[in-house]
Amino acid sequence: MKLSRLMSMTRRVLQQLKHDPRTMALLVLSPSLLMTILKYVYYSKPEVFQHVAGSMLGVFPMLVMFLITSVATLRERTSGTLERLMISPLTKMEFILGYAIAFGVASLIQATLVSSYAIWVLGLKIAGSQSALIFVAILDALIGLSIGLAVSTFAKTEFQAIQFMPAILLPQLLLSGLLVPRESMPRILSDLSNVLPLSYAIDATRKVIMGQGSIAHDCLVIGLSLLLILAAGSLTLKRQTK
Amino acid sequence: MSSAIVCKDLVVQRGTNVILKELSLTIESGQILGLLGPSGSGKTTLMRSIAGLQKIKSGEISVLGMKPGVAVLREKIAYSTQSASVYSDLTCEENLKYFASLFSRNEKTVDEILEEVDLNVVRNQVASSLSGGELSRLALATTLVGSPEILILDEPTVGLDPVLRIQLWELFNKLAAQGKTMLVSSHVMAEAEYCHGLALMRSGQILAHGTSAQLRAQTGKEKMEDVFVALVKGP
Repeated sequence: MKLSRLMSMTRRVLQQLKHDPRTMALLVLSPSLLMTILKYVYYSKPEVFQHVAGSMLGVFPMLVMFLITSVATLRERTSGTLERLMISPLTKMEFILGYAIAFGVASLIQATLVSSYAIWVLGLKIAGSQSALIFVAILDALIGLSIGLAVSTFAKTEFQAIQFMPAILLPQLLLSGLLVPRESMPRILSDLSNVLPLSYAIDATRKVIMGQGSIAHDCLVIGLSLLLILAAGSLTLKRQTK
Repeated sequence: MSSAIVCKDLVVQRGTNVILKELSLTIESGQILGLLGPSGSGKTTLMRSIAGLQKIKSGEISVLGMKPGVAVLREKIAYSTQSASVYSDLTCEENLKYFASLFSRNEKTVDEILEEVDLNVVRNQVASSLSGGELSRLALATTLVGSPEILILDEPTVGLDPVLRIQLWELFNKLAAQGKTMLVSSHVMAEAEYCHGLALMRSGQILAHGTSAQLRAQTGKEKMEDVFVALVKGP
């Protein structure tokens, strides 16, 4: 791996985001809008807002980065640019890390903005620190990114890529403990929930908000699954076609 | 003179479809070989095989003495696809700077290349706003960064006006004079004139390989179009 190539890879992805201000605006602002709606939907039950808003802070980054990455890498595949990169000196590691750093920056901005907005404007009470919350959000974003990269290889069109969101992310969301506590699910579902990274993401965000327990274990699980999915994703970057 | 690219008994099969049928071809270094033939004859597959993008079923390819696709070779080879493979949401300059940064050696600066392909005026325009001709010149420009020794260009002159086409062929000749080896495909038979050597391709095989003078002498025809027809029909 060469640092200069990694940096120019990252710079290129950021430049592409810069040329697309509408996506940037939606990316950064829509979570805050959703938070506002949540706040007033549960206006009469502020304790539910506390509960749900916290989980949403873990869900947004994963959802958004999944979509952006699967469409972005699909575009690289269909436009032929990925093929050109594959016969250039750029390594797969530099390609993946370049995307991870650039989108990591985008999710840092997103998480900082939405958590600040939720805390200062909507009155979300957090017992833990905001930086821990942002840290978890970035890990979540990277999970979304790695899944997006891995599934983009199975999609031939952007329509298909988008359809992977309900197929792959929504089951995780239903099983994550966002709707019902994971302990109260049938055994098979709670076991399933235990191996899905989003469950740990939501647990970690909740722990920060309630200030209960350490998030080290959750972050470790998220980090390891991140490496695993990224490795799977890198296998989908083929230098040669049949 | 040494051979830059050697293909021997190359077979490429996709599904049950045999695309290249025991194809053999040698390209000397510093030469421009024009690959002519109708669409569907396997030109792109041959180019992708040499670039290292295509799995081959049997046969051998050697590029500068190496197997296609190995890491050392990736610093030395450039391939431009038929459709312009550039980032449509980046400007010309950003595209070029990005591709240039991937290579460790750059003899020419981005400014020089922009000048060479006549894109200086639109350097700050995003690629999606370029005209067809400008876009294919941008794609060509991105293959010129990184000082490649071997350039594989798939239909680089499609959709260009004649003046520009001649300019580009002059540029190709200049590059060849600097010792670069080029494989350029086209379905415009008239472009044969600009190449050092010609390979006429049809249904996955090389029909004939030689200089345009040799092929003319062989068939007794003057126009390249007629030469091709004569070669297809046989004696």
